[in-house]
Amino acid sequence: MADTTAHLEAHATGHDAASHHEPTGWRRWVYSTNHKDIGIMYLVFAIVAGIIGGLLSGVMRMELQEPGIQIFHGLAAMVYGVSGGEALDAGKNMYNVFTTAHALIMVFFVVMPATMGGFANYFAPLMIGAPDTAFPRINNIAFWLLPPAFILLLMSLFFEGAGGPGGLGFGGGWTVYPPLSTVGHSGPAMDFAILSLHVAGVSSILGAINLITTIFNMRAPGMTLHKMPLFAWSVLVTAFLLLLALPVLAGAITMLLTDRNFDTAFFDPAKGGDPVLFQHLFWFFGHPEVYIMILPGFGIISHIVSTFSRKPIFGYMAMAYAMVAIGFVGFVVWAHHMYTTGLSLDVQRYFVAATMVIAVPTGVKIFSWIATMWGGSITFKSPMLWAIGFIFLFTVGGVTGVVLANAGADRALHDTYYVVAHFHYVLSLGAVFSIFAAWYYWYPKMFGYMYNEFLAQLHFWVMFVGVNLIFFPQHFLGLAGMPRRYIDYPDAFGFFNRISSFGYYITFAAMLIFFYATWEASRKKRPAGDNPWGDGATTLEWTLSSPPPFHQFTTLPKIDSTNAH
Amino acid sequence: MTGQFLRKMGALSAAAMALIPALATAQEEVGTAAGHPLPGQYHLQRSVTPIMDSITSFHDGILMWTISLIVVFVLALLVWIMFRYNAKRNPVPAGFTHNTLVEIVWTVLPVVILIIIAIPSFGVLSDQLTTPDGERKYLGANIFSFGEVEVPAPELTVKVTGVQWSWSYEYVDQGLFFDSFMLNEEDRAATKPGQPRLLAVDNELVVPVDTTVRVQVTADPTGVIHAFAVPSFGIKIDAVPGRLNETWFNARETGIYYGQCSELCGKDHAFMPIAVRVVTKEEFAAFIAAFEGGDYAAANATLVAVQ
Repeated sequence: MADTTAHLEAHATGHDAASHHEPTGWRRWVYSTNHKDIGIMYLVFAIVAGIIGGLLSGVMRMELQEPGIQIFHGLAAMVYGVSGGEALDAGKNMYNVFTTAHALIMVFFVVMPATMGGFANYFAPLMIGAPDTAFPRINNIAFWLLPPAFILLLMSLFFEGAGGPGGLGFGGGWTVYPPLSTVGHSGPAMDFAILSLHVAGVSSILGAINLITTIFNMRAPGMTLHKMPLFAWSVLVTAFLLLLALPVLAGAITMLLTDRNFDTAFFDPAKGGDPVLFQHLFWFFGHPEVYIMILPGFGIISHIVSTFSRKPIFGYMAMAYAMVAIGFVGFVVWAHHMYTTGLSLDVQRYFVAATMVIAVPTGVKIFSWIATMWGGSITFKSPMLWAIGFIFLFTVGGVTGVVLANAGADRALHDTYYVVAHFHYVLSLGAVFSIFAAWYYWYPKMFGYMYNEFLAQLHFWVMFVGVNLIFFPQHFLGLAGMPRRYIDYPDAFGFFNRISSFGYYITFAAMLIFFYATWEASRKKRPAGDNPWGDGATTLEWTLSSPPPFHQFTTLPKIDSTNAH
Repeated sequence: MTGQFLRKMGALSAAAMALIPALATAQEEVGTAAGHPLPGQYHLQRSVTPIMDSITSFHDGILMWTISLIVVFVLALLVWIMFRYNAKRNPVPAGFTHNTLVEIVWTVLPVVILIIIAIPSFGVLSDQLTTPDGERKYLGANIFSFGEVEVPAPELTVKVTGVQWSWSYEYVDQGLFFDSFMLNEEDRAATKPGQPRLLAVDNELVVPVDTTVRVQVTADPTGVIHAFAVPSFGIKIDAVPGRLNETWFNARETGIYYGQCSELCGKDHAFMPIAVRVVTKEEFAAFIAAFEGGDYAAANATLVAVQ
């Protein structure tokens, strides 16, 4: 009942708003205070950054396809104008710069902008029945801080870093451990990277404040927290993680900045500082950060699974509080990234136990998704394929996480390709699959047009094969002892590295299909209708037109007891 | 008893994987003595210490099976759901949203599994971080025991210093030290063509067999962090400027065991391998005597030349 009224009102107000002063041209975007326009800008930004981050990893995979150094000395010679042995040195440095940039771009400029910037901005207000976010101008500045942050990071690639011939850019990894990020890279490249992270961090904190305030204060009448859609729950938990974790990173990199430029000695052992202190600070941020990347995906997958099974979410309360639990425990497990730094036995024991606890709420989520599908009437539209793919791949990445949680086993696997395989399974295959699932689920809502279903499914299958081919063999490499962040490796590791590189080319083809499918959809302009997914899609965004009116819910929808989540 | 069982499970894991033909052919060399990875290797490197025995039992015997079964279980559920509950076969969806019993089961059962994993996990970890005193018994391959393997107290202390981009070794009690650099391709072809590319070094760290070696690890105080790792020994510990970390090993077989720097340390991170040569106690005594009378080269000359 409430659905229908909201629907009618939305159409009426859409027309109404259009006759108001709806901004057009560049003003609509640059001055935007509209959560949907800002959401779209975030998504476009994430796609652009994703192309750059993805190409960087392509060059790395080409380099690693065969033992020996084949690509980077030539690339360095081309870019830096050095030759001979200097080109080789510059190439080795450049490889580290590439791994670092790939990670920073994917974390801060692709996954976070896509989930918390794009989908959260666009759909959290719609799902809770709000006309916009609480602080539209903060929303604007939060987005517009990102391009300068990204430009700072890209600029850092071209400033002096480690020094020496062609020693440009920062090549110390996304973890920016000192002393490699202080005495190891004395040039300004690291300062640019620090500033970039500061600006990106401010952006995320502002975004988090906006989303928390919106979700706490602007839910439609009748929508209690326990009736709120799970995606809104996931955004709420993630926003709190951002709010609590990012200031710690900001503090840590500020200390790094003063160590580098103002002669402080927080991390300098020669003056009484401690490099390991930085690792504690970094991972106090860094571990919640990985949940920041995956939690919105959890919310997205819940809706897709429920929609295409035509069945309400199984165990709604357990699903919501599992995310709260994961977010909470995520703050007390940071030193499992530091098992080899020389932590005492008792400390390692604690972090083993705490880390394994996370498997329990994560298991609850996996099984609840399965139970949601159980007894359902499932149609395998492309968003559902991505969601089922997500559940399987996230399970694979999750169980290797349980292996790594054991400090005793981590001794053999720490800093090897096993870790690389693990976190790419949960992020590159988990978070990214949830992003594509959301893209195909909400594309008709955001743009009003339907994509070609065959192309979307083809994209899924090619990418599923490609990413598994990249990352599954990396488990074997890790077990056999291949350390990560290596430009060259003993010949014994050649076999699986070659397979992994072939996987990249297949994934690359999948991305071409994605861009073609998006272009095709924008050309063919097949009207999607308000709700292309049928009666399984019960959340409020499907009561609006596609795309929704510039301002929605000018009369708030009322949520009665029958249409909870 | 359980140790034997776990070893069998481990061997079974390897055998199951070898069924994949491409891997099987790549795996021909596995099983022969080697202190380095073999072409196409898909499992942990060969163990020569009680610590690596326990890691191997723990990983191959317990973790590998647990996680594989969980993944297969989830996959089976997904496949069944896709088969049984697709719209064609099941046009009318059920409406249930709760089932207290299964929710309790899938919360409690993982807790039980985690506890079963945690018991050996803590044992394996405690062994790694407890330097032998001669009294304490170690788990070895039998990770569900209370410790069966006797390990003598350390008789030799080696200090390892990570430098950009090489390792320095010191026999602490003897006051002897030397540097160890990776051999470039030219030198490797000329002096040690039989040793693997990127792993062969000019000067190996020489230690005696069946002897507990205490390893103190640090880094150049003006440099960056490295990590000292030898997979066959089951050790990996960061070399941090301004800190002295400690680990230990007791190798039971002679041979050369290779490792690689395992913490990003700049441009030549991939080019500062670790090579530990385990020799007989007699050979080691002669080695140290010659070292005390001369230098590393003189000491090394007492050993059979590495090819």
